[in-house]
Amino acid sequence: MSKNEVQELIAKRAAQELKGRCVVNLGIGIPTLVAKFIEDENVSFHTENGLLGVSDVEGVIDPNLVNAGKLPVGEAVGASFFNSADSFGMIRGGHVDIAILGVLQADQTGLIANWAVPGKNIMGVGGAMDLLVGAKKVIVTTTHTSKDGKSKILKECTYPITSTRSVDMIITELAVFEVVEKQLRCIELMPGVTIEEVREKTEADFIEDLLVV
Amino acid sequence: MKVYENAKSALESVKSNQTIMVGGFGLVGAPLTLIDELTRKEIDGLTVISNNLGEKGKGLGILVNQKKIKKGIGSYFTSNRDVGDAYQKGEIELQLLPQGTLAESMRAGGAGLGGYYTKTGVGTDLAKGKEEKVIDGITYIFEPALRANVALIRAWKADTLGNLVFYKTARNFNPMMATAADIVIAEVDEIVEAGELSPEEIVTPHLFVDGMIKAQKILTKDGVIDHEQK
Repeated sequence: MSKNEVQELIAKRAAQELKGRCVVNLGIGIPTLVAKFIEDENVSFHTENGLLGVSDVEGVIDPNLVNAGKLPVGEAVGASFFNSADSFGMIRGGHVDIAILGVLQADQTGLIANWAVPGKNIMGVGGAMDLLVGAKKVIVTTTHTSKDGKSKILKECTYPITSTRSVDMIITELAVFEVVEKQLRCIELMPGVTIEEVREKTEADFIEDLLVV
Repeated sequence: MKVYENAKSALESVKSNQTIMVGGFGLVGAPLTLIDELTRKEIDGLTVISNNLGEKGKGLGILVNQKKIKKGIGSYFTSNRDVGDAYQKGEIELQLLPQGTLAESMRAGGAGLGGYYTKTGVGTDLAKGKEEKVIDGITYIFEPALRANVALIRAWKADTLGNLVFYKTARNFNPMMATAADIVIAEVDEIVEAGELSPEEIVTPHLFVDGMIKAQKILTKDGVIDHEQK
Protein backbone atom coordinates (compact mmCIF):
# COMPACT_ATOMS: atom_id res chain seq x y z
CA MET A 1 0.00 0.00 0.00
CA SER A 2 1.17 3.54 -0.73
CA LYS A 3 1.39 6.10 2.08
CA ASN A 4 -1.86 7.69 0.87
CA GLU A 5 -3.68 4.36 0.80
CA VAL A 6 -2.53 3.58 4.34
CA GLN A 7 -3.70 6.99 5.58
CA GLU A 8 -7.07 6.64 3.85
CA LEU A 9 -7.58 3.15 5.24
CA ILE A 10 -7.05 4.45 8.77
CA ALA A 11 -9.22 7.54 8.21
CA LYS A 12 -12.03 5.47 6.73
CA ARG A 13 -12.08 3.17 9.75
CA ALA A 14 -12.10 6.16 12.11
CA ALA A 15 -15.06 7.61 10.20
CA GLN A 16 -17.15 4.57 11.21
CA GLU A 17 -16.91 5.78 14.83
CA LEU A 18 -18.76 9.00 14.01
CA LYS A 19 -22.46 8.38 13.97
CA GLY A 20 -25.48 10.50 14.74
CA ARG A 21 -25.52 13.97 16.20
CA CYS A 22 -22.03 14.81 17.42
CA VAL A 23 -19.38 17.54 17.39
CA VAL A 24 -15.99 16.31 16.24
CA ASN A 25 -12.58 17.99 16.28
CA LEU A 26 -10.05 16.71 13.76
CA GLY A 27 -6.31 17.10 14.29
CA ILE A 28 -3.60 17.60 11.68
CA GLY A 29 -2.58 14.79 9.28
CA ILE A 30 -4.59 11.55 9.02
CA PRO A 31 -7.43 12.94 11.20
CA THR A 32 -8.10 15.67 8.60
CA LEU A 33 -8.86 12.94 6.03
CA VAL A 34 -11.66 11.50 8.18
CA ALA A 35 -14.14 14.20 7.11
CA LYS A 36 -14.26 13.02 3.51
CA PHE A 37 -15.66 9.64 4.59
CA ILE A 38 -18.58 11.16 6.52
CA GLU A 39 -21.94 11.46 4.79
CA ASP A 40 -24.04 11.98 7.92
CA GLU A 41 -25.22 15.60 8.15
CA ASN A 42 -25.64 15.21 11.90
CA VAL A 43 -21.85 15.18 12.34
CA SER A 44 -20.50 18.72 12.85
CA PHE A 45 -16.81 19.45 12.60
CA HIS A 46 -15.15 21.91 14.96
CA THR A 47 -11.74 23.43 14.30
CA GLU A 48 -9.93 25.10 17.19
CA ASN A 49 -8.94 28.16 15.17
CA GLY A 50 -12.53 29.29 15.40
CA LEU A 51 -15.12 27.51 13.27
CA LEU A 52 -17.96 25.11 14.01
CA GLY A 53 -19.27 23.70 10.75
CA VAL A 54 -16.16 22.87 8.73
CA SER A 55 -16.86 21.52 5.23
CA ASP A 56 -14.92 20.90 2.04
CA VAL A 57 -13.82 23.85 -0.07
CA GLU A 58 -16.58 24.71 -2.50
CA GLY A 59 -15.48 26.68 -5.52
CA VAL A 60 -12.98 29.42 -4.82
CA ILE A 61 -10.31 28.93 -2.12
CA ASP A 62 -10.48 31.56 0.62
CA PRO A 63 -7.03 31.93 2.26
CA ASN A 64 -8.66 33.30 5.42
CA LEU A 65 -10.89 30.26 5.90
CA VAL A 66 -8.68 27.42 7.14
CA ASN A 67 -8.61 24.46 9.53
CA ALA A 68 -6.13 23.76 12.34
CA GLY A 69 -3.62 22.46 9.79
CA LYS A 70 -3.91 25.83 7.97
CA LEU A 71 -5.47 24.07 4.98
CA PRO A 72 -8.32 25.80 3.15
CA VAL A 73 -11.82 24.61 4.08
CA GLY A 74 -15.43 25.59 3.46
CA GLU A 75 -18.26 26.47 5.84
CA ALA A 76 -21.25 24.17 6.28
CA VAL A 77 -24.86 25.35 6.50
CA GLY A 78 -25.31 26.71 10.03
CA ALA A 79 -21.58 27.35 10.53
CA SER A 80 -20.36 29.86 13.12
CA PHE A 81 -17.09 31.69 13.71
CA PHE A 82 -15.67 32.54 17.13
CA ASN A 83 -12.42 33.62 18.76
CA SER A 84 -9.71 31.27 20.09
CA ALA A 85 -10.65 31.71 23.77
CA ASP A 86 -14.28 30.75 23.09
CA SER A 87 -13.12 27.89 20.89
CA PHE A 88 -11.01 26.41 23.67
CA GLY A 89 -13.78 27.09 26.16
CA MET A 90 -15.84 24.73 24.02
CA ILE A 91 -13.05 22.14 24.14
CA ARG A 92 -12.04 22.36 27.81
CA GLY A 93 -15.63 22.83 28.87
CA GLY A 94 -16.63 19.41 27.57
CA HIS A 95 -18.75 20.57 24.63
CA VAL A 96 -16.82 18.65 21.98
CA ASP A 97 -17.88 15.01 21.76
CA ILE A 98 -14.98 13.41 19.92
CA ALA A 99 -11.40 14.44 19.15
CA ILE A 100 -9.37 12.54 16.56
CA LEU A 101 -5.64 13.09 16.96
CA GLY A 102 -2.34 11.97 15.50
CA VAL A 103 0.51 10.86 17.78
CA LEU A 104 4.25 10.38 17.82
CA GLN A 105 3.87 7.57 20.39
CA ALA A 106 1.16 5.84 22.40
CA ASP A 107 1.65 3.46 25.31
CA GLN A 108 -0.08 0.37 26.63
CA THR A 109 -2.11 2.38 29.15
CA GLY A 110 -3.44 4.69 26.44
CA LEU A 111 -1.22 7.66 27.23
CA ILE A 112 0.06 9.53 24.18
CA ALA A 113 2.96 11.79 23.23
CA ASN A 114 2.46 14.17 20.33
CA TRP A 115 3.90 17.60 21.03
CA ALA A 116 7.64 17.46 21.62
CA VAL A 117 10.76 15.49 20.76
CA PRO A 118 13.62 16.42 23.11
CA GLY A 119 16.53 17.96 21.20
CA LYS A 120 14.56 18.23 17.95
CA ASN A 121 12.68 21.13 16.40
CA ILE A 122 9.33 19.66 17.30
CA MET A 123 7.93 22.12 19.80
CA GLY A 124 4.27 22.53 19.13
CA VAL A 125 1.56 21.66 21.56
CA GLY A 126 -1.22 23.54 19.77
CA GLY A 127 -4.59 22.34 21.01
CA ALA A 128 -3.61 18.75 21.87
CA MET A 129 -3.46 19.12 25.67
CA ASP A 130 -6.77 20.98 25.73
CA LEU A 131 -8.49 18.33 23.59
CA LEU A 132 -7.27 15.52 25.84
CA VAL A 133 -8.65 17.09 29.00
CA GLY A 134 -11.86 18.27 27.37
CA ALA A 135 -13.14 15.96 24.64
CA LYS A 136 -15.60 13.30 25.81
CA LYS A 137 -13.95 10.65 23.61
CA VAL A 138 -10.45 10.68 22.10
CA ILE A 139 -9.55 8.53 19.10
CA VAL A 140 -5.97 8.25 17.87
CA THR A 141 -5.29 7.61 14.19
CA THR A 142 -1.69 6.71 13.42
CA THR A 143 0.49 4.47 11.33
CA HIS A 144 1.41 1.42 13.39
CA THR A 145 5.15 1.94 13.01
CA SER A 146 7.41 4.95 12.47
CA LYS A 147 9.32 5.54 9.22
CA ASP A 148 12.19 3.37 10.49
CA GLY A 149 9.82 0.47 11.22
CA LYS A 150 9.71 0.83 15.01
CA SER A 151 6.45 0.30 16.89
CA LYS A 152 4.68 3.55 17.75
CA ILE A 153 2.63 1.70 20.38
CA LEU A 154 5.07 1.21 23.22
CA LYS A 155 5.19 -0.15 26.74
CA GLU A 156 5.91 3.42 27.83
CA CYS A 157 6.22 6.69 25.87
CA THR A 158 9.80 7.95 25.69
CA TYR A 159 8.74 11.42 24.52
CA PRO A 160 6.95 13.82 26.91
CA ILE A 161 3.31 12.82 27.38
CA THR A 162 0.45 15.10 26.29
CA SER A 163 -1.89 14.35 29.19
CA THR A 164 -2.42 12.00 32.12
CA ARG A 165 -5.76 11.07 30.49
CA SER A 166 -5.74 7.88 28.43
CA VAL A 167 -7.23 7.95 24.96
CA ASP A 168 -10.24 5.74 24.23
CA MET A 169 -9.27 4.14 20.93
CA ILE A 170 -6.22 3.70 18.68
CA ILE A 171 -6.72 2.96 14.98
CA THR A 172 -3.77 1.91 12.79
CA GLU A 173 -3.45 0.26 9.37
CA LEU A 174 -3.08 -3.08 11.19
CA ALA A 175 -5.63 -3.05 13.98
CA VAL A 176 -8.11 -1.24 16.19
CA PHE A 177 -7.39 -1.04 19.92
CA GLU A 178 -9.69 0.06 22.69
CA VAL A 179 -8.38 1.33 26.00
CA VAL A 180 -10.40 -0.03 28.90
CA GLU A 181 -9.29 0.69 32.46
CA LYS A 182 -5.80 1.67 31.31
CA GLN A 183 -5.37 -1.58 29.35
CA LEU A 184 -5.01 -1.90 25.61
CA ARG A 185 -7.39 -4.39 23.98
CA CYS A 186 -7.01 -5.35 20.34
CA ILE A 187 -10.63 -5.59 19.18
CA GLU A 188 -10.31 -5.72 15.41
CA LEU A 189 -7.81 -6.57 12.67
CA MET A 190 -7.72 -4.58 9.45
CA PRO A 191 -8.46 -6.58 6.26
CA GLY A 192 -5.75 -9.15 5.47
CA VAL A 193 -3.85 -8.61 8.72
CA THR A 194 -3.10 -11.49 11.11
CA ILE A 195 -2.87 -11.25 14.89
CA GLU A 196 0.69 -12.61 14.59
CA GLU A 197 1.67 -9.57 12.50
CA VAL A 198 0.11 -7.23 15.08
CA ARG A 199 1.97 -9.00 17.90
CA GLU A 200 5.25 -8.77 16.00
CA LYS A 201 4.91 -5.03 15.24
CA THR A 202 3.60 -3.91 18.63
CA GLU A 203 5.97 -3.31 21.53
CA ALA A 204 3.12 -2.70 23.97
CA ASP A 205 1.41 -5.50 25.84
CA PHE A 206 -2.23 -5.84 24.86
CA ILE A 207 -5.18 -8.10 25.47
CA GLU A 208 -6.49 -9.98 22.44
CA ASP A 209 -10.21 -9.41 22.42
CA LEU A 210 -11.16 -9.91 18.79
CA LEU A 211 -14.84 -10.06 18.04
CA VAL A 212 -15.67 -13.34 16.39
CA VAL A 213 -17.44 -12.60 13.14
CA MET B 1 -8.62 56.44 18.56
CA LYS B 2 -6.37 57.65 15.81
CA VAL B 3 -6.29 56.61 12.17
CA TYR B 4 -2.65 56.64 11.08
CA GLU B 5 -1.49 57.46 7.57
CA ASN B 6 0.92 54.57 7.46
CA ALA B 7 2.40 51.67 9.43
CA LYS B 8 5.55 53.63 10.32
CA SER B 9 3.68 56.31 12.24
CA ALA B 10 1.36 53.70 13.79
CA LEU B 11 4.38 51.88 15.23
CA GLU B 12 6.09 54.91 16.78
CA SER B 13 5.03 53.70 20.23
CA VAL B 14 6.76 50.33 19.75
CA LYS B 15 10.19 50.29 21.41
CA SER B 16 13.00 47.80 21.93
CA ASN B 17 12.63 45.33 24.82
CA GLN B 18 8.85 45.66 24.91
CA THR B 19 6.35 42.82 25.03
CA ILE B 20 4.09 42.80 21.99
CA MET B 21 1.12 40.64 21.08
CA VAL B 22 0.70 39.85 17.41
CA GLY B 23 -2.56 38.39 16.13
CA GLY B 24 -2.94 35.49 13.74
CA PHE B 25 -2.99 31.73 13.35
CA GLY B 26 0.06 31.35 11.15
CA LEU B 27 -0.39 34.12 8.58
CA VAL B 28 -4.20 33.93 8.74
CA GLY B 29 -5.43 36.98 10.62
CA ALA B 30 -1.91 38.32 11.15
CA PRO B 31 -1.34 42.09 10.81
CA LEU B 32 0.98 41.64 7.83
CA THR B 33 1.41 45.36 7.07
CA LEU B 34 2.44 46.18 10.65
CA ILE B 35 4.75 43.14 10.79
CA ASP B 36 6.33 44.24 7.50
CA GLU B 37 7.05 47.63 9.07
CA LEU B 38 8.59 45.96 12.15
CA THR B 39 11.05 44.21 9.82
CA ARG B 40 12.24 47.69 8.72
CA LYS B 41 12.19 49.30 12.15
CA GLU B 42 15.40 49.44 14.17
CA ILE B 43 14.33 47.50 17.19
CA ASP B 44 15.41 44.47 19.20
CA GLY B 45 14.95 42.50 22.41
CA LEU B 46 11.23 42.00 21.77
CA THR B 47 9.11 39.50 23.65
CA VAL B 48 6.47 38.40 21.16
CA ILE B 49 3.23 36.72 22.21
CA SER B 50 1.70 35.03 19.17
CA ASN B 51 0.41 31.53 18.43
CA ASN B 52 3.29 30.83 16.03
CA LEU B 53 6.31 32.91 15.16
CA GLY B 54 5.11 33.21 11.57
CA GLU B 55 6.17 30.77 8.91
CA LYS B 56 9.67 30.20 7.54
CA GLY B 57 10.78 33.57 6.11
CA LYS B 58 7.26 34.98 6.28
CA GLY B 59 5.43 37.24 8.71
CA LEU B 60 7.03 37.12 12.17
CA GLY B 61 9.44 34.54 10.73
CA ILE B 62 11.36 37.47 9.20
CA LEU B 63 11.76 39.10 12.64
CA VAL B 64 13.05 35.77 13.99
CA ASN B 65 15.70 35.67 11.27
CA GLN B 66 16.60 39.32 11.95
CA LYS B 67 17.16 38.33 15.63
CA LYS B 68 14.81 41.07 16.81
CA ILE B 69 12.90 38.65 19.03
CA LYS B 70 14.44 37.79 22.40
CA LYS B 71 11.58 35.60 23.55
CA GLY B 72 8.58 33.99 21.92
CA ILE B 73 5.46 32.93 23.81
CA GLY B 74 3.12 30.73 21.75
CA SER B 75 1.61 27.29 21.27
CA TYR B 76 3.06 25.94 18.05
CA PHE B 77 6.59 26.59 16.81
CA THR B 78 7.00 23.37 14.79
CA SER B 79 5.67 25.00 11.60
CA ASN B 80 8.63 27.41 11.32
CA ARG B 81 11.89 25.42 11.34
CA ASP B 82 13.92 28.63 11.74
CA VAL B 83 12.44 29.07 15.23
CA GLY B 84 13.61 25.61 16.28
CA ASP B 85 17.06 26.22 14.79
CA ALA B 86 17.40 29.57 16.59
CA TYR B 87 16.28 27.89 19.82
CA GLN B 88 18.86 25.08 19.48
CA LYS B 89 21.57 27.72 18.96
CA GLY B 90 20.40 29.60 22.05
CA GLU B 91 19.44 32.68 20.04
CA ILE B 92 15.84 32.77 21.16
CA GLU B 93 14.02 31.92 24.37
CA LEU B 94 10.70 30.09 23.94
CA GLN B 95 7.75 29.60 26.24
CA LEU B 96 5.30 26.99 25.03
CA LEU B 97 1.71 27.14 26.26
CA PRO B 98 -1.25 24.97 25.26
CA GLN B 99 -3.26 26.93 22.71
CA GLY B 100 -6.31 27.20 24.96
CA THR B 101 -4.14 28.43 27.82
CA LEU B 102 -2.50 31.02 25.56
CA ALA B 103 -5.93 32.34 24.55
CA GLU B 104 -7.42 32.23 28.05
CA SER B 105 -4.38 33.95 29.59
CA MET B 106 -4.92 36.87 27.22
CA ARG B 107 -8.61 36.99 28.05
CA ALA B 108 -7.72 37.04 31.76
CA GLY B 109 -5.12 39.75 31.18
CA GLY B 110 -7.68 41.88 29.40
CA ALA B 111 -10.38 41.32 31.98
CA GLY B 112 -8.50 42.43 35.06
CA LEU B 113 -7.71 38.95 36.39
CA GLY B 114 -4.34 37.90 37.79
CA GLY B 115 -4.72 34.37 36.42
CA TYR B 116 -6.92 31.30 36.64
CA TYR B 117 -6.86 27.54 37.25
CA THR B 118 -7.05 25.12 34.33
CA LYS B 119 -6.90 21.34 34.02
CA THR B 120 -5.07 21.58 30.69
CA GLY B 121 -1.48 20.39 30.97
CA VAL B 122 -1.76 18.86 34.46
CA GLY B 123 0.88 16.13 34.90
CA THR B 124 2.85 17.11 31.80
CA ASP B 125 6.20 18.84 31.34
CA LEU B 126 4.35 22.10 30.66
CA ALA B 127 2.97 22.05 34.22
CA LYS B 128 6.41 21.91 35.83
CA GLY B 129 6.80 24.57 38.50
CA LYS B 130 3.15 25.60 38.31
CA GLU B 131 0.97 25.65 41.44
CA GLU B 132 -1.54 22.79 41.64
CA LYS B 133 -4.93 23.04 43.29
CA VAL B 134 -7.64 20.42 43.73
CA ILE B 135 -11.16 21.79 43.31
CA ASP B 136 -14.09 19.36 43.71
CA GLY B 137 -11.74 16.42 43.23
CA ILE B 138 -10.19 17.67 39.97
CA THR B 139 -6.57 18.82 39.80
CA TYR B 140 -5.92 22.18 38.16
CA ILE B 141 -2.79 24.26 37.62
CA PHE B 142 -2.50 28.00 38.02
CA GLU B 143 -1.82 30.01 34.87
CA PRO B 144 -0.97 33.70 35.19
CA ALA B 145 -2.65 36.25 32.94
CA LEU B 146 -0.77 37.64 29.94
CA ARG B 147 -0.54 41.32 29.06
CA ALA B 148 1.58 43.31 26.63
CA ASN B 149 2.80 46.85 26.06
CA VAL B 150 1.41 46.83 22.54
CA ALA B 151 -0.96 44.58 20.61
CA LEU B 152 -0.87 44.51 16.81
CA ILE B 153 -4.05 42.98 15.48
CA ARG B 154 -5.86 42.36 12.21
CA ALA B 155 -9.55 43.00 11.60
CA TRP B 156 -11.76 43.12 8.53
CA LYS B 157 -14.00 46.16 8.89
CA ALA B 158 -13.72 49.04 11.29
CA ASP B 159 -15.75 52.19 11.77
CA THR B 160 -14.25 55.60 12.42
CA LEU B 161 -14.69 55.12 16.18
CA GLY B 162 -12.59 51.94 16.15
CA ASN B 163 -15.34 49.32 16.44
CA LEU B 164 -14.11 46.12 14.78
CA VAL B 165 -15.58 43.23 12.80
CA PHE B 166 -13.48 40.18 11.91
CA TYR B 167 -13.44 37.92 8.87
CA LYS B 168 -13.99 34.14 9.07
CA THR B 169 -11.07 32.26 10.70
CA ALA B 170 -8.91 35.42 10.57
CA ARG B 171 -10.54 36.31 13.90
CA ASN B 172 -8.64 33.78 16.09
CA PHE B 173 -6.56 35.54 18.81
CA ASN B 174 -7.20 39.12 17.63
CA PRO B 175 -10.23 39.93 19.84
CA MET B 176 -8.46 38.80 23.04
CA MET B 177 -5.26 40.66 22.19
CA ALA B 178 -7.33 43.81 21.67
CA THR B 179 -8.23 43.66 25.36
CA ALA B 180 -4.85 42.77 26.86
CA ALA B 181 -2.35 45.49 25.88
CA ASP B 182 -1.69 49.09 26.91
CA ILE B 183 -1.75 50.22 23.28
CA VAL B 184 -3.77 48.42 20.60
CA ILE B 185 -3.16 49.07 16.91
CA ALA B 186 -5.51 47.43 14.41
CA GLU B 187 -4.81 46.86 10.75
CA VAL B 188 -8.06 46.70 8.78
CA ASP B 189 -9.24 46.17 5.22
CA GLU B 190 -11.95 48.77 5.28
CA ILE B 191 -12.91 51.78 7.40
CA VAL B 192 -16.57 52.84 7.31
CA GLU B 193 -18.41 55.73 8.99
CA ALA B 194 -19.60 55.26 12.56
CA GLY B 195 -23.15 53.96 12.43
CA GLU B 196 -22.63 51.83 9.35
CA LEU B 197 -21.80 48.70 11.33
CA SER B 198 -24.72 47.05 13.06
CA PRO B 199 -24.24 47.17 16.87
CA GLU B 200 -24.96 43.43 16.94
CA GLU B 201 -22.18 42.55 14.53
CA ILE B 202 -19.42 44.48 16.33
CA VAL B 203 -17.05 41.97 17.97
CA THR B 204 -14.49 44.37 19.45
CA PRO B 205 -16.05 47.58 20.83
CA HIS B 206 -14.03 50.76 20.17
CA LEU B 207 -12.89 51.30 23.76
CA PHE B 208 -10.24 48.61 23.22
CA VAL B 209 -8.71 50.18 20.12
CA ASP B 210 -6.16 53.03 20.18
CA GLY B 211 -5.05 53.26 16.56
CA MET B 212 -5.77 51.94 13.08
CA ILE B 213 -4.24 51.70 9.66
CA LYS B 214 -5.56 50.44 6.35
CA ALA B 215 -3.95 47.11 5.43
CA GLN B 216 -1.41 47.29 2.62
CA LYS B 217 -0.37 43.63 2.71
CA ILE B 218 -2.96 40.94 2.20
CA LEU B 219 -2.94 37.17 2.29
CA THR B 220 -4.03 35.47 -0.93
CA LYS B 221 -3.96 31.83 -1.92
CA ASP B 222 -0.69 32.62 -3.73
CA GLY B 223 0.92 34.19 -0.65
CA VAL B 224 1.26 37.70 0.75
CA ILE B 225 0.87 40.52 -1.79
CA ASP B 226 0.57 44.32 -1.74
CA HIS B 227 -2.99 45.60 -1.72
CA GLU B 228 -2.71 47.49 -5.03
CA GLN B 229 -1.69 44.25 -6.80
CA LYS B 230 -5.00 42.63 -5.92
